[in-house]
Amino acid sequence: MTTTRSPIAAAADLRDRRPNALREGLLIAGRDALHQIREPWGIVFGLAFNIMLILMFGFLFGGAIELPGGGDYIAYLLPGMFALTMLFGLESTMTAMAEDAKRGITDRFRSLPITSASVALGRAIADLGSSALSLAVLMLGGLLIGWHPTTGPAEITVAVVLLLWLRFGLLWLGIFLGLTFRGTGATTAVQVLVWPIGFLSTVFVSAETMPGWLGVIAEWNPVSATATAARELFGNPTGATSGWLAENAVVAASVWPLVITGVFLPLAATAYRRLRR
Amino acid sequence: MTPTTHPDPSSSPALHAAGLCKRYGRASALDGFDLDVERGTVHGLLGPNGAGKTTAVRALATLTTIDGGTAMIDGIDVRRHPAAVRERIGLVGQFHAVDEALTARQNLVLFARLSGISKARARARAHDLLDAFELMDAADRTVTGFSGGMRRRLDIAASLVLTPAILFLDEPTTGLDPRGRATVWQAVREIAASGTTVLLTTQYLDEADQLASRVSVMDHGRVIAEDRPDDLKRRLGGDRVDAVIAEVARLAEAVDVIGRATGAAASVDADTRTVTVEVADGARALAPIVRELDAAGLAVDDLTLRRPTLDEVFLHLTGDTGDTGDTGPTALDPVQEAR
Repeated sequence: MTTTRSPIAAAADLRDRRPNALREGLLIAGRDALHQIREPWGIVFGLAFNIMLILMFGFLFGGAIELPGGGDYIAYLLPGMFALTMLFGLESTMTAMAEDAKRGITDRFRSLPITSASVALGRAIADLGSSALSLAVLMLGGLLIGWHPTTGPAEITVAVVLLLWLRFGLLWLGIFLGLTFRGTGATTAVQVLVWPIGFLSTVFVSAETMPGWLGVIAEWNPVSATATAARELFGNPTGATSGWLAENAVVAASVWPLVITGVFLPLAATAYRRLRR
Repeated sequence: MTPTTHPDPSSSPALHAAGLCKRYGRASALDGFDLDVERGTVHGLLGPNGAGKTTAVRALATLTTIDGGTAMIDGIDVRRHPAAVRERIGLVGQFHAVDEALTARQNLVLFARLSGISKARARARAHDLLDAFELMDAADRTVTGFSGGMRRRLDIAASLVLTPAILFLDEPTTGLDPRGRATVWQAVREIAASGTTVLLTTQYLDEADQLASRVSVMDHGRVIAEDRPDDLKRRLGGDRVDAVIAEVARLAEAVDVIGRATGAAASVDADTRTVTVEVADGARALAPIVRELDAAGLAVDDLTLRRPTLDEVFLHLTGDTGDTGDTGPTALDPVQEAR
């Protein structure tokens, strides 16, 4: 037996920080950042996939797509892709939440003397951070292929905020889904379901080119609201010449995430408490 | 000594549970669970799968709601003050609750900081724990490449960042190889020596025997017996003599001979060619057994004198007699549920 080892018990109570949700949230988010640095393939692959979509739609299909109201398709597509990237983030929130709950990390967090909101807050900070990073990369990439905002810094900032605001709303949906459906089947289901949601929007084509009923669905899609608002704010073609969305895109893009948050934040909190069953 | 109006926390048991109930739909996971654990001891909670051990630990560690009864940790009500309880407990669950993608050191620093320790102190604490649990060589490797024993030690270390008053270890050696088990056992002994009370659930009776000063046997959501490991064994009567008979064909004959020599009914396990007999005074019983076996010309490969194992105690208590043979109507009075 070696006697030089450190004692297991701490010499004194080492605590010198009070429970603080923000501090704890940042620590938990920092753990996520370490994950991303160690295994950046999730983000890299996600970005590569989005770039592929941009190239495919922008250059392969884009030539055949005519925008109502006119305008360059690449300039139309990019803000849509930004909004779609926010939607795709849903998957990573859900997966991360489900994995942690399955592995016992969530139990570890729950057995610590931390504020109960910290775990969700950590998830929110981490996911908003990685989405902001993805958004920045896509915007820079967009600039390279001819997309560019034609408005001032204020409008651009509001556009970015509205995009991340959508991501924020979807966070709670992702946390709720991840805590409620922990099987890998559920993740696959969400991976599949984001497609119709993404396509049934104005991300790739204007709602005005769709059959009437389909166009209505696309107009009411929260992703469309954010995409259209971003187009407006970036000064890009909106593909919307009439209808309520053309008039109220920024309002819709502000309200939709609020509605989603209003519904799914309480549900996510309930799901978290239900872990105590 | 003047009595004070406030209960002195150090005079309350580390853990007190009375009549705990937990239902999942119709099924009762805990059904009148009673437990008292004295400060600074290792208490074993023994039971088969589904007995309710994990539910009991999760309820006591504030991870699961309690439907009825009282639970106090360090004199603090678990149901009323879960946050205060969390400051006093450490939990090592059955699933590894460390982050596989982080290094051992990063894990410990994270959990230390989340427990309310500043960065510099958290680093120092992580260093000490890595040292104490002999993980220093692997400190900066990701957990993915760790052996089961290393992970388990890291898991235990992570629950000790604050030096809890009570540490819950839920089946800490399940799935470990003998060497991994030995190192975890050593860690548990050192934790107890450092002053932390340990509640250890296990399916391994030798583990409880090795580590625990008291053992509660659990079945169907309640404690059916509680005692010191030695006393639990004593309840089953005297010592056991195991005789391994050389010739399988003569086992039945050996049972008769040994029975005659001791005046007790011997049982037999044909697979191991072992005849077992319970005797009041082991040392005195050996000579006649040897004499009679010799007189009958029965060769013996091995002859041992032992106390009953906890396996025998457990199987007896849960009524699942298994192959422990006829232990007789020994004075066994399982703890009755206090109603």
